[in-house]
Amino acid sequence: MQHIGQAMLLTLLLSSFTAAWAELSSQEVATLRHLLYQDCGSCHGLHLTGGLGPAITRTALQSKPTDYLFTVIAKGIPGTPMPPWESQLSKEEIQWLITELKGPHTP
Amino acid sequence: MKHLSILLILTCLWVPATVMASLRGTGDLGVVIERASGSILIVEHSQHTVLGRVSGLGDLSHASVVFSRDARYAFIFGRDGGLSKVDLLEHRIVKRVIQSGNSIGGAISQDGRFIAVSNYTPGGVRIFNADTLSKVADIPADYGQKTYSKVIGLVDAPNNRFVFSLYDAGEIWIADVTDSQNPQLTKYKDVGRQPYDGLISANGRHYLAGLFGEDGLAHLDLWHPDRGVKKILPGYGKGQNDQKLPVYKMPHLEGWAIAGSQAFFPAIGKHQVLVANTENWQQIGTIPVIGQPVFVMAEPTQRQVWVNFALPNNQWVQVIDVESQKPVKTLEPGKGVLHMEFTPRGKAVWISVRDENRIDVYDTQTMQLIIQIPAEAPSGIFFTNRAHRIGL
Repeated sequence: MQHIGQAMLLTLLLSSFTAAWAELSSQEVATLRHLLYQDCGSCHGLHLTGGLGPAITRTALQSKPTDYLFTVIAKGIPGTPMPPWESQLSKEEIQWLITELKGPHTP
Repeated sequence: MKHLSILLILTCLWVPATVMASLRGTGDLGVVIERASGSILIVEHSQHTVLGRVSGLGDLSHASVVFSRDARYAFIFGRDGGLSKVDLLEHRIVKRVIQSGNSIGGAISQDGRFIAVSNYTPGGVRIFNADTLSKVADIPADYGQKTYSKVIGLVDAPNNRFVFSLYDAGEIWIADVTDSQNPQLTKYKDVGRQPYDGLISANGRHYLAGLFGEDGLAHLDLWHPDRGVKKILPGYGKGQNDQKLPVYKMPHLEGWAIAGSQAFFPAIGKHQVLVANTENWQQIGTIPVIGQPVFVMAEPTQRQVWVNFALPNNQWVQVIDVESQKPVKTLEPGKGVLHMEFTPRGKAVWISVRDENRIDVYDTQTMQLIIQIPAEAPSGIFFTNRAHRIGL
């Protein structure tokens, strides 16, 4: 019973995870995309090619694991101007940003 | 008669239509950056109207503008290393060069002959002839073993000098371009960690660099450069209980308000505007505001200081009364207030509201909205009176 419970929980977690950004409304996605290019862009460049902060193009992030990117966005990088975004963004929103950054839309 | 009409036609053909239509001065003109579309609006602030749009200027995120000393031409510094010279009367790009891979801003020399651009990639400063945009000199920000620093806080200073800071190296350099082919460099090392922006006082005497990596500011007295760079405002940067809030947008120092003997400037990571005495650079006051300030700008009469804010409070603008040192008005133009520019004698202020695709023009006395002007994701606003001000 306990196993089944665990399995169910896992399934639930997984499905909620994969569905996470499917659940973001198109309005939320538009807001996030705007945030990425306009506000992240104020340090990383409107085309994500870098500024005071490093380039965050698909190519630049190729070797960076998703977990690492999640931590960087959520917690920031101490000693640098990269701030922690966890008080501004939900986990799902951070996940969406990472998927977007690694996906085909970014340069 | 026939000859006369041919002559007339020829004359019409020869004189550009725009000049025919409107012979005018440039003293009330300005440029609005449309950051997402790589275009600028050419505007005038006598009637608050848009005169035209110039496109094809590349990546204009964090773009800035300086003006030729005749205030006819705008030099636009793009993020993609583009340096463009735009004719404000003919609404066209006169010359455009891609001078680096990634740049952050620039300045024009006291004599108007040289344009300096500060670059992130490759880190350094490049100097250009203001007429032709041909390169005159290259100053790599090499701070040892061919390591190049990002350069920020570039300003013009009296006697044809440029002053700038090295973000990665923690240095301030002066480049004297009197002999333009061979700029003479004076370097100050260990000025503090991560200088992130700089400004020069309106009289050209004080250069200040804000430090991100430690508390305080680096101060260079250009009347006495031999005295070196000194750390001032040691408490600057410290939050309550040493706990800073996350900084979602770096403050800008360019707009630092100096009103009388008081300087108003943005606290880092705190909902405060700080006040310092400009005689001894001691902090003398703290003004609580609605968010983390980005630009803190004195209105030309120096009676008010206008402030905008970082995310998540970038829909607000607050007006501080200099005498009472209190916010006296809170305005909500809309999401993404990025910049403010005062008309030269201070009657009106133009505010860019990026996410609303609009510029809001307010009367500075009544603080009432005068007019709204459509613009595509506007950011920086620059009026031509900057042509005649040190450090802008």
